[in-house]
Amino acid sequence: MQFTSFLQDGRLTIALTGEIDHHRARSYIDRIRSKIEAYTPEECILDFSEVTFVDSSGIAVVINSMRFMAQIEGKLTLTGIGEQPMKVFKTSGIDKLVQIREAV
Amino acid sequence: MKFENYMILEFPSKSANEAFARSAVACFAAQLDPTLEELGDIRTAVSEAVTNCIVHAYPNAYGIITLRCRILKDNVLDIVVKDKGVGIPDIEQARKPMFTTGGSERSGMGFTIMESFMTALEITSSPEKGTTVHMRRRIQRRI
Repeated sequence: MQFTSFLQDGRLTIALTGEIDHHRARSYIDRIRSKIEAYTPEECILDFSEVTFVDSSGIAVVINSMRFMAQIEGKLTLTGIGEQPMKVFKTSGIDKLVQIREAV
Repeated sequence: MKFENYMILEFPSKSANEAFARSAVACFAAQLDPTLEELGDIRTAVSEAVTNCIVHAYPNAYGIITLRCRILKDNVLDIVVKDKGVGIPDIEQARKPMFTTGGSERSGMGFTIMESFMTALEITSSPEKGTTVHMRRRIQRRI
């Protein structure tokens, strides 16, 4: 599992891929944290365009990412969320806690 | 005959089997001609139920998870996920949103998701004997 990321004007975009479940959640969280700690961006954008499945472990990935960004006083944005992940996020109410942007 | 079709799977509580279990159920459910949304709901609910067995039922060792799927009349998919693990001490508490005894990679939303994505959800559990999660989902017939 390889995530592409790029930094531009203090904004770090991380392109997530695959299925986010409990089996893989820890690895997603660790990779996101190491990128945030390496670049300390003002904003971190998690791009879900290539994510094909999310369960409640995906909510934990978002909550942990919010926490990492809060620690460096930055903000977290989600983008490119497909129908299945969005339904999970809406059921949990996380869509009200984090900024969600339409795919660019 | 009360059921139209069925399948039974048994596998150890290894986290790699979360993806296997939800995919297997989705393949079985495909004969009901579900929409992509219905299939997504079923995959998510199965993923939550199986993950609960792996994280909570067998916290310190691998145990056996049994997954039974039946197709009942009127296009109903009936799913039972069963373990012989530690059991849930307080089911009402476990069903509450945001309640978890898991670590930071858990969100406490598993039962909430199963409840809202399926038509019916029933949990029975006894300490040291195990937990059974029984879910049903009616698949809309398409004309």
